[in-house]
Amino acid sequence: MTWLWFLLKVGAVCAIVFTVCPALTLVERRIAAFIQGRIGPNRVGPFGALQPVADMVKFFMKEVIIPAQADRALFQLAPLLMFAPPLFGWAVIPFGNQIGEEKLQIANVGIGVLFVMAVLSVGVYGITLGGWASNNKYSLLGSLRAAAQLISYELTLGLTILLVVMMGESLDLNQIVLRQAESGWNIFGGGTWWLLPSGLVGALLFFTVALAENNRLPFDMAECESELVGGFQTEYSAMGGIGAIMFSEYISMTLNMALFTTLFLGGWHLPFLIDPNDHSVLGGLLSVGVLVGKVVTLCLIIIWIRWTFPRFRYDQIMSLGWKRFLPIALANIGVVALVGIFLAEG
Amino acid sequence: METQPQVPAVSLPLGVRVKSAWTRFMIALYIPAIIAGMAKTMQWMLRPKATLQYPEERHVPRKGYRGEHRLKKDEEGRPKCVACFMCATACPAECITIVAGEAPWPDRDKYPVKFEIDLLKCIYCGMCEEACPCDAIELTQTFTQVATSRAEKVYDKERLLRN
Repeated sequence: MTWLWFLLKVGAVCAIVFTVCPALTLVERRIAAFIQGRIGPNRVGPFGALQPVADMVKFFMKEVIIPAQADRALFQLAPLLMFAPPLFGWAVIPFGNQIGEEKLQIANVGIGVLFVMAVLSVGVYGITLGGWASNNKYSLLGSLRAAAQLISYELTLGLTILLVVMMGESLDLNQIVLRQAESGWNIFGGGTWWLLPSGLVGALLFFTVALAENNRLPFDMAECESELVGGFQTEYSAMGGIGAIMFSEYISMTLNMALFTTLFLGGWHLPFLIDPNDHSVLGGLLSVGVLVGKVVTLCLIIIWIRWTFPRFRYDQIMSLGWKRFLPIALANIGVVALVGIFLAEG
Repeated sequence: METQPQVPAVSLPLGVRVKSAWTRFMIALYIPAIIAGMAKTMQWMLRPKATLQYPEERHVPRKGYRGEHRLKKDEEGRPKCVACFMCATACPAECITIVAGEAPWPDRDKYPVKFEIDLLKCIYCGMCEEACPCDAIELTQTFTQVATSRAEKVYDKERLLRN
């Protein structure tokens, strides 16, 4: 029975990720086109719905080119190292209210927050290795920039996650969501009005840093095509290379937004619609729908942001991360700590 | 003596103004600018699109568009051209070749035995149309030009009359 549940949950998460991500690739191209006054891909299938399939077929037909001077093993390993970690991360995201006794979370680890942090950090290795193994100046520069950026933004990410841990008094993602369902979403201070500004600032910081973490456009130092050809992915081709890298970007986007939803936007909870004490099958499915809806909405906002803003300069990114975000995140934690000691009841 | 309008000795470039502390704070915060930018792209997203769905929808050129040439015919179906060489003289690209012959009709002396336009040389300036005293040549709206060889793009009299 437990095995059946396990397989069912893994299947559900895979179904969510592997339908949302290809759909997002199409939606991204359509939204980009709309913003630029174009129509976008609309020929393959109704409204271009089969475009992701066509893209994938194209990628599979492409020749795999590995540069002669490249480190073959690492070169081929790097896309996998980018592709797998975001999928691991989905394992601890509570994607729905519990059905009966079964929590809708593949792995119910007590330190889910730390696990996700660890998994997000592993993504740096894929970029660094890919850039280094390509044996190309542009790739190396791109991967160095991306690694430096990811490491500096991870500090702020950790601090904003710490904020949620302090508000929810737990490292268990399930507990964090349940507490938000009972007392209020963390973005609005988790039920304590004194924490409303901290919650808003924290959510804004987390969202921005999440953009930087999965190399989305205002922060896409890894690619930087106007200066570095294609950044660390310059030498990659075909499905096992550039295809996997591009697809992993979307998986990592959904993971980051699922994490954002779980930490700040109440996870699968929606007031007046989802009752956290309703453990029926219907209620569970409804809560899964709510989570997917939130994640997709946030991803659409990310896409919208991408096609609105130009890329930051490298030094601007660094000064933004170290001189603005980090002090704000630290001050925010101080505020939450003071409120927790002096003002919050209990 | 006329008085000159007073101009300030130093004019500030546009955009450089003394801003209030609040405005400077809002700029440093980025957020209002970010929201304004996203509102602008949302506006564009809802606008009608400029794309033409090509094989189904075709571009209709404006009136007076200068496309391929046409030789006009009169009421009896004869070419209006009297082989005066005005167009060939006016042509800056020298793409018009005319060979004149004695006209078989009593109302004119000459007619073009051969009238060729090399459309690959033509710059579509419309000078030939302006120069023509008999209103015999004009530029049409046709802008799609397809050919598999260079020779095909040299239009002879029959092709120009058909246009």
